[in-house]
Amino acid sequence: MSKRVVIVESSELIAAGMSDVLSDSAHFKLVSTVSDIDALERRAPLDRPEMVIVGNPEAVNVQALRSIVSSDVVLVALVYRYVSSAQLRRFDAVIDVADSRGAIIETLIGASPAVDDNVDDNAGFELSRREIDVLVQVAKGSTNKEIAEALNLSVHTVISHRKNIMHKTGIKSVAGLTLYAVMNNLI
Amino acid sequence: MSNKRFTFDRTSQMSDMLTTHPMLVMLLPRFGLSLGFGDKSVGEVCDMAGVDADFFVLTCGIYATGGMVPDKARVLSTSLRQLVTYLQRSHDFYVNSCLPHIAGHMQHIAERLPERAGQALLQFFDVYRSEMKEHFTREERTIFPYITALQDGKTANTVDIDAFLANHERIETKFEDLLQIIFKYLPHEVANEEDTLNVVYDILQVSGDLRCHAIVEERVMVPYVLWLESQQQ
Repeated sequence: MSKRVVIVESSELIAAGMSDVLSDSAHFKLVSTVSDIDALERRAPLDRPEMVIVGNPEAVNVQALRSIVSSDVVLVALVYRYVSSAQLRRFDAVIDVADSRGAIIETLIGASPAVDDNVDDNAGFELSRREIDVLVQVAKGSTNKEIAEALNLSVHTVISHRKNIMHKTGIKSVAGLTLYAVMNNLI
Repeated sequence: MSNKRFTFDRTSQMSDMLTTHPMLVMLLPRFGLSLGFGDKSVGEVCDMAGVDADFFVLTCGIYATGGMVPDKARVLSTSLRQLVTYLQRSHDFYVNSCLPHIAGHMQHIAERLPERAGQALLQFFDVYRSEMKEHFTREERTIFPYITALQDGKTANTVDIDAFLANHERIETKFEDLLQIIFKYLPHEVANEEDTLNVVYDILQVSGDLRCHAIVEERVMVPYVLWLESQQQ
């Protein structure tokens, strides 16, 4: 199934270019292009995006954006002018206007949990054994890279596991996940 | 988020509005309004207390609908002289009333948990509590005085309102984490205590309140500041 994508970009030129690149891949289906977050919010119930590509990411309140779309939506920053690295870290993936078409599609596929074939069966609400392993590492304060090394996984897979953990437990902050781990005698 | 419709305005009867949306009672003290308004309309009650009725109704709409974002044109056509007073009173309410109340419940729950889990729970709440206070204090020291200065036609130190919006953390998120844990993962014998249900109810209440508060700050205060800034130029 292809992912439903919405582009948030006020420049028609850039939006048209992004749309053209997306048309290369069967993984993605562009459902609409909007000029700002307000418009995204109005259309979100209709568009039901699974991925949102945001141009001019510096000006966006990512937490507010996450509260507009559902929590498992993949947020992608589209960079074509300076954006602080702190801001970029708030996104699930980053593509640059200078990237090749192929590299952009690759990044987008890498950021989509459902397209990632390394992840355990995701059925049910109980955490899988692998998810518990990741959770314990998260609670210990490890970074994604450290977790990947410790458990012999790719960083993408760690991110997918983390998303699944958040989705299943409903807990979003690291402090909350740590408390969860203690309460359940996992650490 | 609830999909309740809000159809009241300044000509509506105050008691009618509060009966339909009971949680709005919580907003009265933040506007300096008190009960005992008889059959008066919203506008009359507000006028008597010197409160901007349009601002009161705008805020009630956000709370009654569980955080529906108000129309920007409407926000900018509303008199917002009393915005800072309102926001400050809301902060005071969270810090002086909500948090100590919930802290009492938490203490109670923690005492009945295994020691390590109890400590972790209290520590999580303590950290959250100080983060929340810090968040409020930061706003009270920067944005609030800035708005007051702009309202008085002064432009002393400018505050970057775009940066404020980009970094405005949703402080209710962690609160919701706490709720999830208490909701779903407490040991059975503790989870069924009346006290636990009370705290779940209180946290639900406060996190919904904070969500609406964030909407007031992001969708009312921010456009208002931008407008005030544009008037200066």
